[in-house]
Parts: sequence; C-alpha cells; structure tokens
Amino acid sequence: MSAPGATGISIGCATCHECGRLCRVPLQGFGHGYESACSRCGSALHFRKRYSLQRTWALVIAAAICYVPANLFPVMTVISLGQADSETILSGAIYLLTSGAWPLALIVFIASICVPMAKIIALISLLISVHRSSSWRPADRTRLYRTTEAIGRWSMVDIYVDTILVALVSLGNLATIEAGTGAVFFGAVVVLTMFAAESFDPRLIWDNCGEVRA
Amino acid sequence: MATLSPQVPATLLACPDCDLLQRLGDVPEGASARCPRCNGVLRRRPRNGLERALALTYAAAILFVVANSFPFLSFVMKGEETQTTLATGIIDMYNQGKWEISLLVAFTIVIAPVAQIGILIYLLTPIRLGRVPYGLPVAFRMLRHMLPWSMMEVFMIGILVAIPKLMGMASVIPGTALYAFVLLMLVLSGANAAFDPEMIWQRHEAAK
Repeated sequence: MSAPGATGISIGCATCHECGRLCRVPLQGFGHGYESACSRCGSALHFRKRYSLQRTWALVIAAAICYVPANLFPVMTVISLGQADSETILSGAIYLLTSGAWPLALIVFIASICVPMAKIIALISLLISVHRSSSWRPADRTRLYRTTEAIGRWSMVDIYVDTILVALVSLGNLATIEAGTGAVFFGAVVVLTMFAAESFDPRLIWDNCGEVRA
Repeated sequence: MATLSPQVPATLLACPDCDLLQRLGDVPEGASARCPRCNGVLRRRPRNGLERALALTYAAAILFVVANSFPFLSFVMKGEETQTTLATGIIDMYNQGKWEISLLVAFTIVIAPVAQIGILIYLLTPIRLGRVPYGLPVAFRMLRHMLPWSMMEVFMIGILVAIPKLMGMASVIPGTALYAFVLLMLVLSGANAAFDPEMIWQRHEAAK
C-alpha cells in the first residue's frame, strides 16, 4: 500500500459514485475518466464529481436569485367573506408567533427563512474556499458541507403547509385559500439548493490542502 | 466503449468525503467505521439490517395504502365539513394554476416514497431468499437518486404547522390517514436506517 495520507486519486483509483467501490482507472482513460466503468456495478468512473464547481455555482446563483421573489411575493392569499389577505413567508411566521404558537413560529422561521439563506451562504463560502485553494480547517469545512446537505429537505415544510391549507379551505364557500407566486419561487429555491449541495464535491476541499502541505 | 477497471482489493477504500485511502476489514454488526481525517462515514453496518429493513419496508407499503385512501384532516366551518386526502391537495394546487408546486408535492410525497418502497422490496426480498435480483445496479441507482426526494417526515412537520393556522377559522379533526402518516414516517425512517447498501453490493459482486 502507499504512504499514509495517500488519496485515491494519487494512486490512480476512483471511488464509484453509485456503489462506493474503489476502482483502478486504466491509464488510457485518465484524461477523461468516463472511459472506464466500475468493476462492481458498471457505472462510469470519475475521480471527482463532474463539473462540480461550475454546476454548483450555477445552481447556487439561480437559488439566490429565486430567494428574493420567494420572500417578497405572497405564498398564499386567504379570501374570506370577500376580503383578501395576502401572506408572505415572514408574515406567516409572525402570524403564528402572535397567535401564541411560538414553537411552530420558530420551526417556520428556521426552516423557511434561515435554512435556505444559510445553505446559499455556506455553499458560496465553500466554493470560494476551494477556488482560493484554502487550507483552513478542512475537517470543519467538510462538516459544514455535510450539514448543508442534510438540512436542505426541511425547507419543504412551507410548501406542504400551503398545499394542506389550499386543500382544506378551497372547497368551502365561506373562505378560499389560494397559493401565491412566492410559493413557486420558494419551491424553486429548495429544489435548486438541494441540487447544488448534491453537485458539490467535498473532496475538492482536501485536494487543495494536499498541495499546500506537500 | 466502457472498459471494466482492474480489480482493487475489497479491503482498500477511499473516504467518500475526503478521498483518503484506508484499509477496512469487517465492520461488526451495529457498528460504523469513520474516516480518521474528516470523520466521514466509511461503512455503517446495522444490526440485523436485512431482516429489519425488509420487515419495515413491507409495513411501510401497507401504511402507505392506508395513508392515501383515507382523509387525513377534516375541517368543520359553520357546520360545513370538508375532508381532504393527500390527492385533493395536489389536485387543488394544479387547478389553481400552480402546477409547479403540485408536481413538487406529488413527487416528494407520492412518487418518491412509492419508488423507495417498491425498489427496496424488489431488492431485499430476493436477497433475503438467497438470490440476487435481476437488474440490481439499475434498481439501486434509481433508489439512490430517489432517496433525497422522499420527504414523508418533512410533510409531518407541515401538518403540525398547518393545524394551528386553521384553528383560528374553524375546527380541525384529525382523520385515520393522519395516524397512518405518523407511523409511515417512523417505519420508513427505520427501514432507511437499517438498509445497508454495501451488503447488497457485496452480494452482487459475489454472484458475478
């Protein structure tokens, strides 16, 4: 075996994206790793996720753009006795707070406002740190990435709340709830950040560190 | 044309999060192995993983049918009662012109969980009986891509938040499906925790 601290890529081996098997990449496929296939499951092999930085940047920027209308446009409109009442994500959380359900207000505030913003900021910082070949606390940056990937799904709460409210109230004659444009943009933010986290390759954090140390 | 790569010994692996090479022998049941450099999970081996995952997946399949056949919330306003199943929410969103949301909800609450349950049954049942299912790599790839989008547990939180919002307008009565949903969420998380991909791949490799 090779020296301690050796990586897969340093001995010409790639971990299969699908089944996790370590495979030797034949030399002729070195420049473009997709020429070779995993010995266990037959998937195409790549040393790193393909176009990881470009893809992640594109998706994060798209998410950041959608984040603005997601928070400015109403996520739903309650029409009761001829009166229309629009609610944005923030005013929805405030409504829960003033009606006394502060634990739920906290859930909505964290899941719908903090998490998407934190994800966008975290991914941008990770991308910049990789571009700058930073060797600063790689283990903590990897942990930041893992957390970012794990919490993303919880932002979907707001979309589900809207769907449930629309379903329950739209059938009655006395009141109707309509989903707003904000909800569409908000859904886009959640989906885009989930794809962005999936495209980022945490091994890039360590690749740069190795160069600095060696 | 793809060329299969030469074999690397099965005990040699690289950390999926930081690419550090390491040797890993057998991991005992109920234990997990972590990378010494970045603390990433190298291998997690649940106790009785195959049996538990299989049992919980079958339970999830039954609960899923119950959860989608009965109304999960009823809403009483001025004597007028409205019942909702999951499907009505998705359909109403579509009718309001918000097809994007309708599609997203349908995918994360119906399509992805169904795919997850179906593929798990397809993979685990033959393996439990000592056979390797046909098309294992394809089924596994589908499962891996579906898994992040199966969001039952997030939907539960959604229900919790929606109820007090409606309390102000009318009374909300939990339906049969709501209890099935709570159980489904627990059972599906349990099936996921007991599922051991590496074991399946090792069977696949041994059968080749």
